[in-house]
Amino acid sequence: MLETTWFVIWGIAWAVYFCLDGFDLGLGTLMPFLAKNDDERRIIYNAMGPFWDGNEVWLITAGGVTFAAFPKTYAVMFSGLYTPLMLLLFALILRGVSFEFRSKHPGTAWRATWDACLVIGSFVPALLLGVAFANIFRGIPIDAEGINHGTLLTLLNPYGLLGGVLFVLLFSQHGALWLAIKSEGALHARAASTARMLWPVLLVVAAGFLAASWFATNLYHNLLSHPVLFLLPALAVTGLVLARIYVSTARWWHAWFASFAAILGATMFGVAGLFPNLLPSSLDPTFSLTAFNSSSSPLTLKIMLGVALTTLPIVIAYQVWAYAKFRDKVTASSIAGEHAY
Amino acid sequence: MDVLTLSRMQFAVATYFHFLFVPLTLGLSVLTAIMETRYVRTGDPEYKRMTKFWGKLFLINFAVGVVTGITLEFQFGTNWSRYSSYVGDIFGSLLAIEATVAFFLESTFIAVWFFGWEKLSPRAHATTMWLVAIASNISAVWILIANAWMQHPTGYVIRNGRAELADFIAVVTQKFAVLTFIHTVGAAFTLAGFFVAGISAWHLLRKQHVEFFTRSFRLAVGFGLICSLFEVAQGHMSAEMLGTAQPTKLAAMESHWQTRTHAPLYLLLWPDADNERNAVQLLPVPSALSILAHYNPGGEVKGLKDYPREDRPPVLPSFLSFRIMVGFCMLFLALTAFGWWKRNRLTAYPWYLRMMVWAIPLPYVACEAGWTLTEVGRQPWIVYGLMRTRDAVSPIAASQVLPTLVGFILLYSLLGFAGFYLVFRFARKGPEPIERASSAPAR
Repeated sequence: MLETTWFVIWGIAWAVYFCLDGFDLGLGTLMPFLAKNDDERRIIYNAMGPFWDGNEVWLITAGGVTFAAFPKTYAVMFSGLYTPLMLLLFALILRGVSFEFRSKHPGTAWRATWDACLVIGSFVPALLLGVAFANIFRGIPIDAEGINHGTLLTLLNPYGLLGGVLFVLLFSQHGALWLAIKSEGALHARAASTARMLWPVLLVVAAGFLAASWFATNLYHNLLSHPVLFLLPALAVTGLVLARIYVSTARWWHAWFASFAAILGATMFGVAGLFPNLLPSSLDPTFSLTAFNSSSSPLTLKIMLGVALTTLPIVIAYQVWAYAKFRDKVTASSIAGEHAY
Repeated sequence: MDVLTLSRMQFAVATYFHFLFVPLTLGLSVLTAIMETRYVRTGDPEYKRMTKFWGKLFLINFAVGVVTGITLEFQFGTNWSRYSSYVGDIFGSLLAIEATVAFFLESTFIAVWFFGWEKLSPRAHATTMWLVAIASNISAVWILIANAWMQHPTGYVIRNGRAELADFIAVVTQKFAVLTFIHTVGAAFTLAGFFVAGISAWHLLRKQHVEFFTRSFRLAVGFGLICSLFEVAQGHMSAEMLGTAQPTKLAAMESHWQTRTHAPLYLLLWPDADNERNAVQLLPVPSALSILAHYNPGGEVKGLKDYPREDRPPVLPSFLSFRIMVGFCMLFLALTAFGWWKRNRLTAYPWYLRMMVWAIPLPYVACEAGWTLTEVGRQPWIVYGLMRTRDAVSPIAASQVLPTLVGFILLYSLLGFAGFYLVFRFARKGPEPIERASSAPAR
């Protein structure tokens, strides 16, 4: 029971990370297509400014939950996926400093350099996280000792790449909707039309991914034995459809929350399908790392459950407060002062 | 080179670099919060300018500290997976607690602070800076509890082929953790004091913004004096603790070979580890090492020869880093004491102000030396007495680690260059003109 609870918390931590940082990563990826001049680029930076750092902590938390609750999985997953994780890390480092450094110096070359870092630092994590999770759904060639017998190229199989493309599109849509909320005028119009343009592509890729999962993974196994879990992919699909409806009626907050629900549903579908595996082995199912064979001791799980149940509600409360505080549109006048990126 | 050496090098690069930014975050957040509280209390716009000027430098530094911190969490999994698997039951939970109780708080509220000058009342705004300062220091509590457990494992049992938690309270309240935390935070606050004092001195030498930088200097030098005084007293407690908790580290840092009572402390010393002796040992202070370790001149201090060679840490780096740390700390005490004494006539002592400018890097060196002693002095163990570093490394190929090591060096050089360039630029530029920042507290 403890292990199952932690498995659910593990899944939720990743899902919340994707739902929140997803819009930062997507918006960063889209920046070259959306912004036409320095002012517009600054609006994009400041649309994410008050949030990205708090969002990224959900990644650290997801990693921390893996380490604390499932140390064996943490060890095998992070060492087995060494190179992609390091690339993810480099990208996130570049993205993080771009926010702080970029507008602190007026030089064109300086700003162009950090803009490029933001774009790379947003696109690469979106892609890699998608590739990594699709491969986790599919299984990784780990042996009994937890050694990965694949290479970077093993990860770049068609299903893995499809997962990468899906994440990039999901996050881009999420980011375009966020910018539609946070901006006005020409930039808002461009964000809105980008969201409209991305939607059909996203729908095709998402449908393709759900179909490919039937053949490439065992995700549907749990769903078929517990049909109530079909609510999760249904949530993803409903979220996607609602997002498009709200876009046509220009209800941007609604559309963004629908997109949020789509990402949540898609991630939790994968997590529910994985259970009890955290890292399935493609060589032999008995080598798979599960919530039961890789977990921490009951004492640690209990103490950490107490910590999680006391701190996370408080965290969510003040993060919601901070989002509400900075919900207004970013305008030319709001970035004119010194209190902006 | 093998995967162990490369992974150790990578960890060293990541940790040294990260720790160039952490101490200033710990200390300058507190100083900035003090300045802003004074502004709220007095309504004096000069304090608001100080808050904004030092806050801007804080933010640049904070950003690099945050992004390089993720590397450290990731590396336990990527490069030290056998370690993670063996001790994750204890160590992993401490890192997870750090993220949930501290990282969320500091990352959320630093943004509220930066973007929220017009959105919050002055009092609420100052509170957000205090939240950042408190969160940064809470983060230090948990990471140092985790590190202390590697230095002096406690509250565990070996079960199911790994170290499992047996007594959580013992892990989080052990003396090693408490002393390490106080010692690290004292050092960090001293560093922040020297940072603020040094930049202030540079402007005072040029007679720019004299009132502004005199106030900043006084606050910083007072802060630095208290902290370095504290550090001298507390450092002694840490050394005494090593006598029982990590005798090999104590012996290596003093290059003490032969177990004996009334062990002297040599002022001039140079180790010769190959021949298990000292090449130079002059100017003994009688029984000082025994007193240091046991508060007792007759106390027996274990020498390195009592331990097999494969259980000894590298002597020269331990010895040198210890001497650098202690020597610099004495210098900090002298510099801050002089500054406090002459705090009302600072511009009459240009030679002192010049020294303070040049002293800015020294606490950085001392902090890094302190970590060198902590980590190198723990070798050959990753968890003292429980797991050797060579048994902790991931089953990955050296060909995977070499490119990322090179990548880290390049990436961190870029970050370091850009970050220090910005700090340098804004530090030289000085505070914004008073007209722009002089509005009385709004609302």
